[in-house]
Amino acid sequence: MSKANSYTTGPDENGRFGIFGGRFVAETLMPLILDLEKAYGAARQDPAFLDQLQDLQTHYVGRPSPLYFAERLTEHYGGAKIYLKRDELNHTGSHKINNCLGQILLAKRMGKRRIIAETGAGQHGVAVATVAARFGLPCTVFMGATDIERQKPNVFRMKLLGAEIMPVTSGAGTLKDAMNEALRDWVTNVDSTFYIIGTVAGPHPYPAMVRDFQSIIGQETKQQMREREGRLPDTLCACIGGGSNAMGLFYPFLDDESVDIIGVEAGGHGIDTPEHAASLAGGKPGVLHGNRTYLLQDDDGQITEGHSISAGLDYPGIGPEHAYLKDTGRVTYVSATDQEALDAFQLCTKLEGIIPALEPSHALSHVGKIAPDLPSDHLLVMNMCGRGDKDVFSVAEHLNVDIG
Amino acid sequence: MQQTRLDNTFKQLGKRNSKAFVAFISAGDPDPVTSLKIMQGLPAAGADIIELGMPFTDPMADGPSIQASSQRALKAGMTLKGTLDMVRQFRTDNDETPIVLMGYYNPVYIYGVDAFIHDAKQAGVDGLIIVDLPPEEDEELCIPALNAGLNFIRLATPTTDDARLPEVLANTSGFVYYVSITGITGSASPERNVVEEAVARVKRHTDLPVAVGFGIRTAEQAGAIASVADGAVVGSALVDVIAESLDSHGRSSPETVTETLKKAQELADGVKRA
Ligand SMILES: Cc1ncc(COP(=O)(O)O)c(C=O)c1O
Repeated sequence: MSKANSYTTGPDENGRFGIFGGRFVAETLMPLILDLEKAYGAARQDPAFLDQLQDLQTHYVGRPSPLYFAERLTEHYGGAKIYLKRDELNHTGSHKINNCLGQILLAKRMGKRRIIAETGAGQHGVAVATVAARFGLPCTVFMGATDIERQKPNVFRMKLLGAEIMPVTSGAGTLKDAMNEALRDWVTNVDSTFYIIGTVAGPHPYPAMVRDFQSIIGQETKQQMREREGRLPDTLCACIGGGSNAMGLFYPFLDDESVDIIGVEAGGHGIDTPEHAASLAGGKPGVLHGNRTYLLQDDDGQITEGHSISAGLDYPGIGPEHAYLKDTGRVTYVSATDQEALDAFQLCTKLEGIIPALEPSHALSHVGKIAPDLPSDHLLVMNMCGRGDKDVFSVAEHLNVDIG
Repeated sequence: MQQTRLDNTFKQLGKRNSKAFVAFISAGDPDPVTSLKIMQGLPAAGADIIELGMPFTDPMADGPSIQASSQRALKAGMTLKGTLDMVRQFRTDNDETPIVLMGYYNPVYIYGVDAFIHDAKQAGVDGLIIVDLPPEEDEELCIPALNAGLNFIRLATPTTDDARLPEVLANTSGFVYYVSITGITGSASPERNVVEEAVARVKRHTDLPVAVGFGIRTAEQAGAIASVADGAVVGSALVDVIAESLDSHGRSSPETVTETLKKAQELADGVKRA
């Protein structure tokens, strides 16, 4: 593929990033996503909408999130200067709220009366339930039965916030199945319902819209780094489930050629085994959930289940813009295994007093692989996109500790 | 475009002032051998058109019945290639009944669009319904399929308003599949007068026959819907009979074929009374 003049022009009017993206949905939904595209196009140019969003980002979410120099991790690895973008300090504990606020304001603007969402780890579900409570809209969250089992604290939080949890038993009962079920609900309740998708996937305009709402991560990072170090960072690193926290950090830097950008997929038991969720490394282009992207699938085009220790990463697809950034070579995609993530989880907790979510623990594990070989003036930013409170039970289980 | 089996079928039915009973089953449900027997028996049981589901792991527009049917087929080893083989075998002794393949785009995309169109045409397929290919994605499969002489049947829905209908109908051929409800297959059954109005609305934009589906379960409902349209499509109610006929290990029983065809005959009788 030839080198693009700019990596930030996509998607085109058909929602394509190169060959990826698009609008592969049933006719029932087509008028709805065209409506959404129009409404979002108007909202993003409306100063009143943007002001309200910014006000909430500041006073409700607590933005800007700090860019923290991780001195002890830096010492430990003995190479690059490691900064953590602290989105785990956001209200609700992850980056997911950035997107949910934008979408719920849009839902209100469009006169929608009911919110639905899918969730894997439950972080997106909690963020959706939170904004639904804040804006007084009823909310139904679809969650795979398997994920409900491994993310109990988040399930209870959503219920406290007033959300209805719909367990999904089809397939393996994880994120992909929850998304199918949310789409089924949406085609049934077309007039009343707004679907808040939690990552940069789904039909156009979702991938672009979610990216835009998450880009505040990268914009702040750019400014904070300029203030701290007087220049751009050298390397960015983020974990990838659907790819929203990564897109949010990466997007404002895509045209800054000097910046190395690395996405870390979930390697599960290893990408040479069938048990992983690395769609870019182990998948091929296909069509699912409204867009063309890299998918884990068999030779017959049947979608296979992803596996990861982290419920937020085991999705068999990835946002279409990442598929495009992979094929153009602008972003490097690697993976980290369950065990590597667990090790990084414990290291960060002990050295920095920060309990990371298992998702960014994957990114941190990759930081550990590259930092030692980089010079001490190399500025490396990792997106600490979620806190690990939700994971302590499952980590205890993996470490064979009984906490009752 | 050349006349296809679908065009002929609707023309013949029209001459007799009769309506089309369109029967849906998933290819390979509950296993490839039984499924072929059911398919082979459908025309004699009154099916005018066979809609053959291409099983997919993630049937986003389908309700629990067709999801389960698709899963049974995949578990029994069905593939897209196997589905085309099934059509080929059916065609060895039936050259009249139109066959429409219905499913989702990914298996076709992975098979390869050109190879798929070629093989489907050779096997004796007449038309395609691909749920997740709206007119906005016509370049993917619709245009090449039309060029190869396959009908591309589009779904029109209650959310397809008058402004959008012409775009939806533009590259549609064979017939128009009107989805009578907003929702997934197998859910609430549509009301006759609502469907009547909707069909009239679609017909203001096209001369193509309009078949109506989603939510039809009984012979009475099929008759009521067929009386205000050119055909009635039934899927969930048929695959539910397959599900109920299975033994405790989920395998086909001696009743699987007979009960399914009996249900088809009932539905066909309902449609023919319309
Ligand atoms: C903390 C955290 N990070 C990352 C993800 C993965 O999503 P994405 O790749 O869209 O950022 C999740 C999803 O639940 C999450 O909770």
